[in-house]
Amino acid sequence: MSQLRYEAPGSVDEAVALLASDSDAKVLAGGTDLIVQMRSGLRKLGLVVDVKKIDELMSVSSDGGAWTIGAAVSGAEMNENAALKKDWPGVVEAVDLIGSTQVQGRASAGGNLCNASPAADSVPAMVAAGATAVIAGPNGRREVPVEQVPVSPGKTSLATGEMVVAIKMPAKPARNGEAYLRMIPRTEMDIAIVGAGVSLTLDDGGTCTAAKVALGAVAPTVVIVDDAAKALIGTKVDDAALEKMAAACSAACKPIDDKRGTIEYRTKVAGVMARRAALIALERARSN
Amino acid sequence: MAKKYHVSATVNGDPVEFLCSGQETMLDVLRDRLELTGAKEGCGSGDCGACSVTVDGRLICSCLMLGVEAEGTSIETVEGMADGDQLTPLQRIFLEEEALQCGICTPGVLVAAKALLAKNPDPDETTIRYWLAGNLCRCTGYDKIVRAVQKAAAEMRA
Ligand SMILES: Cc1cc2nc3c(=O)[nH]c(=O)nc-3n(C[C@H](O)[C@H](O)[C@H](O)COP(=O)(O)OP(=O)(O)OC[C@H]3O[C@@H](n4cnc5c(N)ncnc54)[C@H](O)[C@@H]3O)c2cc1C
Ligand code: FES
Ligand code: FES
Repeated sequence: MSQLRYEAPGSVDEAVALLASDSDAKVLAGGTDLIVQMRSGLRKLGLVVDVKKIDELMSVSSDGGAWTIGAAVSGAEMNENAALKKDWPGVVEAVDLIGSTQVQGRASAGGNLCNASPAADSVPAMVAAGATAVIAGPNGRREVPVEQVPVSPGKTSLATGEMVVAIKMPAKPARNGEAYLRMIPRTEMDIAIVGAGVSLTLDDGGTCTAAKVALGAVAPTVVIVDDAAKALIGTKVDDAALEKMAAACSAACKPIDDKRGTIEYRTKVAGVMARRAALIALERARSN
Repeated sequence: MAKKYHVSATVNGDPVEFLCSGQETMLDVLRDRLELTGAKEGCGSGDCGACSVTVDGRLICSCLMLGVEAEGTSIETVEGMADGDQLTPLQRIFLEEEALQCGICTPGVLVAAKALLAKNPDPDETTIRYWLAGNLCRCTGYDKIVRAVQKAAAEMRA
């Protein structure tokens, strides 16, 4: 029987060196995906690099309004950070939707992103909010928009030896609001059949000047719907604009058909979820 | 010979040391190496909460934690609740309110409810139901569990 080798380095450099030493090595953050996959035999055992002893991956800080969230910080801890929640409630709420209280105790945004599930809840919210991922590897560091990390179900753009160190959130623009909503067949503990993240910014007169709409679970990776954003920009986010935005979302869906949601249902609901999320984002933008 | 890891941790206030293999879960360590069989394995995949423990005060599923990760941490299980035969109010009220039948889910529910009350001494019904959404019970129905938590919370506040 193969054995699992465990290392818990104290620095990013050591973690990168370990990851680079073995092409099958995996980062262990909260383990709420990785340990499930290992136990079900989906992942073969090899080297696991626990990154939770690295301060940078476990801390949240803000600098001039911009946030740096350690990739392995748990959902529970993000949710307890009142200042972060005030700036980016949609992102924090999306992370909070992941699993139960017990799962929240360990699950991280970095793990949610790097697991590269099409239904990952935090991803559309982070994409809409303009989050970036700081990646460290054998050749140093690079920063990319979070949507560039997952490339297909279960696969990321990270090269051997690379890991996500932190998620960065920009300084909150004035009169910006964002929100994430998902549709699940039950009320808790389920996987999204559609997720919608919407961020919008208003001018003094309440006209939308910038918007970003991202959908989860309706295609192999997160979908940024430019036509949905265009439908909002230049409007007062009135019914007509929301209608157009919802139609653009439905048109952008390329969902799977399964027992949890048919293609038709997912396509329709994508517009409904985006519309509801946009209304919450609008409320938040008006009060910011 | 398979590699074993030497781990030192605190469990229910007592220092413990154990050897485990890399892939052994914390739940396996608790049950098979430390003989603390309160935490149960219902699913092994994070869905049922029967394996709930706290690690450094944080509620988690011990089936989704590796034993080696316990190094330097402080873990609390259901065995750490009662003082000898002296049950905590939460445990006693679970019995009085018949908030269990087979009892498989009970250690996890108690650990989770204790963590909730430590954070929020006066949770409303909705808060309790969401907090305990990751603790499945196939027997009692959740009403009695929720009522027992509310009653214990009231007694503990008094
Ligand atoms: C009961 C249950 C319910 C769940 N419900 C939901 C849900 O509602 N919505 C949802 O989106 N997900 C859900 N999940 C899935 C899972 O909890 C989330 O995807 C979680 O965010 C994963 O984070 P983690 O820290 O546990 O990741 P891990 O399991 O530690 O890692 C996940 C993957 O990402 C890699 N990885 C982790 N961190 C890094 C990093 N910093 N750099 C590079 N690679 C990294 C790992 O190697 C692994 O491949 C659920 C899981 C369970 C068990
Ligand atoms: S055994 Fe851990 S959640 Fe079911
Ligand atoms: S009492 Fe039997 S599962 Fe809860």
